Amino acid sequence: MTAPAKFIGRSLPRLEDRPLLTGQGRFAADISFPGQWHMRVVRSPIAHGKITSINASAALALPGVHAVWTHDDVAHIPPIGFRLTGLTELEPYRQCALARGTVRYVGEPVAAVFAADPYLAEDAIDLVALDIEPLVVILDAAAAPGPFDEHRNTETTIIEKKSGDIDAAFRAAHAIVELDLSIGRHSGVPLETRGAIARYDERKDVLEMHGAAKVPHWNRDRLAMMFGRTPESVQLYEGHVGGGFGIRGEMYPEDVLVCAAALAFKRPIKWIEDRREHLIAANHSRQQRHKIRAAIDKDGRILGIDNEFFHDNGAYMRTHAATVPDLAAAMLPGPYRVPAYRARGHIRLTNKTPCGTYRSPGRYETTFVRERLIDAIAAKTGIDVIEIRRRNLIAKSAMPYSLGFGTLGTDIVYDSGDYAKLMDRLLTAADWPAMQRTLAQRRAAGEKVGAGYAMFVEKSGLGPFDKVRIEVAPSGAVEVVTGVASIGQGVETALAQIAAETLGVDYAGIKVVHGQTDRIDKGMGAFASRVTVMCGEATRMAAVKLRETALGAAAELMQTSAGALDIVDGEIVRTGTPGPSMPLGALAARPEGLSAEAEFKSSHMVYPYGAHVVQLKLDGDTGGVAIERYLVAFDIGKAVNPMLVEGQIVGGLAQGLGGALYEEFLYAENGEPLSVSFADYLMPTAREMPGIEVIVTEDAPSPLNTYGFKGAGEGGITPVGAAVASAIDDALQQPGAVAQLPVTPQRLKALMRARH
Amino acid sequence: MTERTDITLTINGREHVIGVEPRRTLVDAIREDCGQTGTHIGCEHGICGACTVIVDGEPVRSCLMFAVQADGKKIRTVEGLAAGDKLHPMQQAFMDHHGLQCGFCTPGFLMLAVGVLEREPDISDDDLLDVLASNLCRCTGYQNIIKAVRAAAKEMRGQ
Repeated sequence: MTAPAKFIGRSLPRLEDRPLLTGQGRFAADISFPGQWHMRVVRSPIAHGKITSINASAALALPGVHAVWTHDDVAHIPPIGFRLTGLTELEPYRQCALARGTVRYVGEPVAAVFAADPYLAEDAIDLVALDIEPLVVILDAAAAPGPFDEHRNTETTIIEKKSGDIDAAFRAAHAIVELDLSIGRHSGVPLETRGAIARYDERKDVLEMHGAAKVPHWNRDRLAMMFGRTPESVQLYEGHVGGGFGIRGEMYPEDVLVCAAALAFKRPIKWIEDRREHLIAANHSRQQRHKIRAAIDKDGRILGIDNEFFHDNGAYMRTHAATVPDLAAAMLPGPYRVPAYRARGHIRLTNKTPCGTYRSPGRYETTFVRERLIDAIAAKTGIDVIEIRRRNLIAKSAMPYSLGFGTLGTDIVYDSGDYAKLMDRLLTAADWPAMQRTLAQRRAAGEKVGAGYAMFVEKSGLGPFDKVRIEVAPSGAVEVVTGVASIGQGVETALAQIAAETLGVDYAGIKVVHGQTDRIDKGMGAFASRVTVMCGEATRMAAVKLRETALGAAAELMQTSAGALDIVDGEIVRTGTPGPSMPLGALAARPEGLSAEAEFKSSHMVYPYGAHVVQLKLDGDTGGVAIERYLVAFDIGKAVNPMLVEGQIVGGLAQGLGGALYEEFLYAENGEPLSVSFADYLMPTAREMPGIEVIVTEDAPSPLNTYGFKGAGEGGITPVGAAVASAIDDALQQPGAVAQLPVTPQRLKALMRARH
Repeated sequence: MTERTDITLTINGREHVIGVEPRRTLVDAIREDCGQTGTHIGCEHGICGACTVIVDGEPVRSCLMFAVQADGKKIRTVEGLAAGDKLHPMQQAFMDHHGLQCGFCTPGFLMLAVGVLEREPDISDDDLLDVLASNLCRCTGYQNIIKAVRAAAKEMRGQ
């Protein structure tokens, strides 16, 4: 008696859109409280140095400046802890809310000014006199480590992943392919800068922080711990969030400062970041250098991969701790059989902005590295780039496929996938052979054109749990209360579609609550493409329970069996026969109400996979790259809302192109950041984006949840650097030319010069 | 910098008499002094365009204009686009074509596109792309924004 699918799988309009289109959004800067003070952060202008004095007297003399804080004022607050992959040996490298004696990057918070007005606060920070004695600056994570403090150097730890007998693989090798590859420093850079507004309700003894995002419950628990409070006496509230991409919503020094100040001054404290601050203070990501070797047999099959890499984490270990390098090491093998594997990642600190995750963390980097390696194997053996991949792909019959090591507290077991089928689909859609012929003709006519192909395995749906409570009001209104967060990806619509499908109500009438710690006691938030997978399944489970409860109660009232009833458009009806019906809300009006709660637990991630094809043209005069055609195939098991899935893919792809061609945080030799505005940090515009042909497939539903969902948030970005690099090689007819991202015009021109 | 000047900003047909410092940006005045927070601040460098509003018929970066320069001028913001419950064709097209995700850049894109199309309804696709390339979006990859604006352009021309 399963009803036909009515909501899942349809490109329905988003429930989120109307307020956002009419100017009714509530982003962080839109939140104000009467009597609030404005915080402005004094940041280090020196990349590495010893603070000898801070003089705030001139700032304090300005009328309307209420206080200036330095480290002494926050010395009782512990440094910010680790949310993921928190190895204990990394703890000495955590960041304090305000610098303690030493500054380690330009942009590090040194002091905080609290004033009546934001303009005044900005005037005041210019009057805080800093005396900083410069120390030696370290900018290259692959060079020899230097001192971090008197006890430690800048190599924080080495992480290792291993499977098989790597030495035997290299002894047995027919040939060895070796590369040295670098990925540039770039990051998520959401259009809304960060912001945090804290206030302390003395009467209730509750500390509130507004402007939360991504992981409100974790941040709530951690703030409570840091301030010695109970979790119930700290509440976080997420409004609209102007983009996340991994970096927004993590706990930062500024969040701690506004909370501490709200408690100390008993005043609402508002902090809104400006763009320059964002570009030097919010998490950077990606920067790695990989020295990788592959042992292959005579047919180009991989026998083993040995990789040593250097991860530049900037000045401190922030909330992600070892997450990015751990994922890099763990996800490098991708869709290929690698019988023996060893990765050693040096997690190094430099005098640059600290790092965290950015959409597809570790995978954007190592997909570039791995696919460069496969291209190099093709070049070494003279085997075609497609054929070499086909020979090495993990077969569908090998699923589920274990890599023999783990990441993020889970064993890596690819749950399902038909990689060869997806490859064929994409190559057919691209008409790859015809594309090759046409490009060869154009090159013969003098054009610098080429095509690239790259494959990847993504990970998504990180547990360990998600909890959902569905409540029906006597009016019939349905509320889905979750512990996840919305960063613009369409959470409300997707979860409403899932709830509606199971419950038998219209999705448009469902309100999805997220990011409010006072509405549900625990939650994991939104990261790692986890929401649709984890919270989607929890929503389904809660909806099933609610449906059973409702039908059971209705059966008694309607003097029939529950099996003879159905819920259609929010009305409980007799299946197949006309007759009296009853609105769902009527059951909610009973004293016991109508609600259900469910928790979905999962100890394994789910692994979507995909492939990209890009065709591009190089401009020999300017060093510019024009994308002529771009195709994406991505298997996500089951799409809840294909329109939103495509939106995720195309949006991610634009960011991927940014990291491949344009975006890079550069530093002068003294550690001064050079990418401090949107005029220096170049994100793609509508002009740089080609039309994207997207193929979303559902060949390999995940066996780990009911609908087979896999996360769709990251496959648009993962292999962009890899595919673009391959296409540029092809256009130059110079295999292996691209060894560094981004391929900026200067670098491309250098490659062209090197060729002649 | 604390001397204030009294100015009148006419926002979506309603007059706001406010006292501002000469250095106060138009976007801060619109948001903080007039309470219209639909206009967003993305960079304060005039690059991202999130703060785009229409001033006397022309799209303007309100972070690059001082409030005093807008004294007496007619300003339109995203709050004034819809007619009651009925969305402006540009808003409707953004919804229909999934032209927004987080929605932070959206008001700027809406005002940019509406401002340009009202002045130049028959703008070529290529020129329109140039116009849209003057604002930044980090979520959508622009494809759906371009589709939405082209669809709304047709609608606004009465086709």
